[in-house]
Amino acid sequence: MLGRSADAAGADTARGPVRRLSAWLHRHAGVRLAALLAAPLFWLVVAYLGALAVLFVSALWTVNGFTGEVVRQPTLVNFRTIAADEVYRTVALRSVGVAAAVTVIDTLIALPMAFYMAKVARPRYRRWLVVAILTPLWASYLVKAYAWRVLLANGGPVDWLLGGPGSGPGYGLTATVLVLAYLWLPYMILPVYAGLERLPDSLLEASADLGARAGRTFRKVVLPVIVPSLIAGSIFTFSLSLGDYITVQIVGGKTQLIGNLVYANIGAANNLPFAAALATIPVLIMVVYLVAVRRSGALEEL
Amino acid sequence: MSAGPATPAVALRGLRKSFGAVEAVAGVDLEIADGEFFAMLGPSGSGKTTVLRMIAGFEPPTAGTVLLGGRDVTRLAPFERDVNTVFQDYALFPHLTVRQNVEYGLRVRKVGRAERRARAEEALRSVRLDGLDDRRPAALSGGQRQRVALARALVIRPKVLLLDEPLGALDLKLREQMQVELKALQREVGITFVFVTHDQEEALTMSDRVAVFENGRIAQVGSPAEVYERPASPFVAGFVGTSNLLSGDAARAILGREGTFSVRPEKIRLVGPPTAPGRGAATNAPELELPPASAEEASATGRIAEVVYAGATIRFVVDLDAGARLVVTQQNLTTSSADVAALRGTPVRLAWRAEHAVAVPDPVVPTPREKESAHAYR
Repeated sequence: MLGRSADAAGADTARGPVRRLSAWLHRHAGVRLAALLAAPLFWLVVAYLGALAVLFVSALWTVNGFTGEVVRQPTLVNFRTIAADEVYRTVALRSVGVAAAVTVIDTLIALPMAFYMAKVARPRYRRWLVVAILTPLWASYLVKAYAWRVLLANGGPVDWLLGGPGSGPGYGLTATVLVLAYLWLPYMILPVYAGLERLPDSLLEASADLGARAGRTFRKVVLPVIVPSLIAGSIFTFSLSLGDYITVQIVGGKTQLIGNLVYANIGAANNLPFAAALATIPVLIMVVYLVAVRRSGALEEL
Repeated sequence: MSAGPATPAVALRGLRKSFGAVEAVAGVDLEIADGEFFAMLGPSGSGKTTVLRMIAGFEPPTAGTVLLGGRDVTRLAPFERDVNTVFQDYALFPHLTVRQNVEYGLRVRKVGRAERRARAEEALRSVRLDGLDDRRPAALSGGQRQRVALARALVIRPKVLLLDEPLGALDLKLREQMQVELKALQREVGITFVFVTHDQEEALTMSDRVAVFENGRIAQVGSPAEVYERPASPFVAGFVGTSNLLSGDAARAILGREGTFSVRPEKIRLVGPPTAPGRGAATNAPELELPPASAEEASATGRIAEVVYAGATIRFVVDLDAGARLVVTQQNLTTSSADVAALRGTPVRLAWRAEHAVAVPDPVVPTPREKESAHAYR
């Protein structure tokens, strides 16, 4: 390298150090790649995977019940407690149920909305519809959750609409599902919209041309083609719902989800290792979900 | 549904279609006979594809009716019409295999498994595509996809098959091969084919009749020979073949007649040169002198302005002394290819049989008032 640049030393000085560095990097592809990826790799490994590793390790620790000190000795006692106690199983199942319900509701709302945006609306209105879908994301999560708290209050607007105090769902599990479905809806609409936009109109016409009515065209042509988009959306809605602990505090009444328990153990109970053990439950559920999705082959078509 | 032998397979009456302020189809009347190979030819934006889509049922007409086999289908959905379409992009279902694609229409019609399989195989064989049943469209070449699209439409045995620029995406060699195959296939299955294309050669070589579209109207309908030899307007003369028009003073001077005349370039003989200079080219040869226009033979003198070497043929662009420009096509027999460029600027005499100068009626240009009323129609 030095020998070669010495040959062209006159030219090199004339070119200036930045250009010489660029030229050197051009000749050394490995160094270039390392320089490009160093920062993001550092972030991914240390900040993300590192934090996850700390979570798993600390889940194996315990807290001395007398002093409140963390005992750094690996033991499975936390997991044994979770497995043995009926309450934790119920809460875990309830959390999965809420996440699944939110995902199903969002899918059912997103499909027609995204279809309208991508295939029915005139192209120049599409942009505005996308903006309209995105706008709620600019408002604070807390503001939206508290807005729903007002809506769902006893004698509030929802009660009034449904025919008087007490006729609405009130605070509780239903309210939690409702508000989470509202909060995460854009995350389902956007991937489905993107998938539908890539679906050529001629496929829909070809299906009709071959004799299929709208329902059949939807089931046999549209749905299979946008399955990857639906899965992408469901990963968002499912995992966001599974980890949520604020909405359920605001509109959930006495309802407990995994997120609440984790939060309670970090705060009031001051039992970080047990909180970490609880937090591994949603992580494991998501891993199982992703593996199942991968098995179905849907990820290959992403 | 039963139709007498005289009932056309497709009949369009006063068909119009507007998109906002644009009138894509401005009144089309057309009858396509049963078993005909019919081409709709025109430049892009001339309304031919919109007419095809209205026959298929993808676009509702703004006005007018569509009759299929004598039945009014104007208000029917695509799945209620006995026509099938081969799309320009083929529109194969990407998540289905070749066989599943072909069986789609049969499945919709609840045809039993065994019959479905047999008919799909037969259709794939008729387009000469077997052995690829389990492939996905993504794993096929353009020509193979085209055949799958054909088989998928033919397997249902529609009364009419609509083809929207089906050869547009293929390369030249494959296109020429498919032209021959499509024609043979149509003869074999006996289905009415309605074919949209902007390629005049494709329309002439394949179809029984051609409709030439211009600005949302049909400029001329006829057999390929009629449309080519007797163009009904200067537009048709120019779009179907090379525009070779004599009009005004030039027509008066050369033909001794009033009006606009079309002479096809291959009908014109180049008299005198061209032989390459240096090989005894006689620029003042006696045959260059203009004989009087006779009943059988017309001729004109001019100068070669441009020479286009096209392999099998050579095109000479000749500026006539009488003030028009004609294109002459010659087989590449007489001239050594290396020398043709040197002929630029050489004086020549052109001659053609009098009957080959065909009078072209002047176009019926809509007057401003008619345009306005068309506008008010929307």
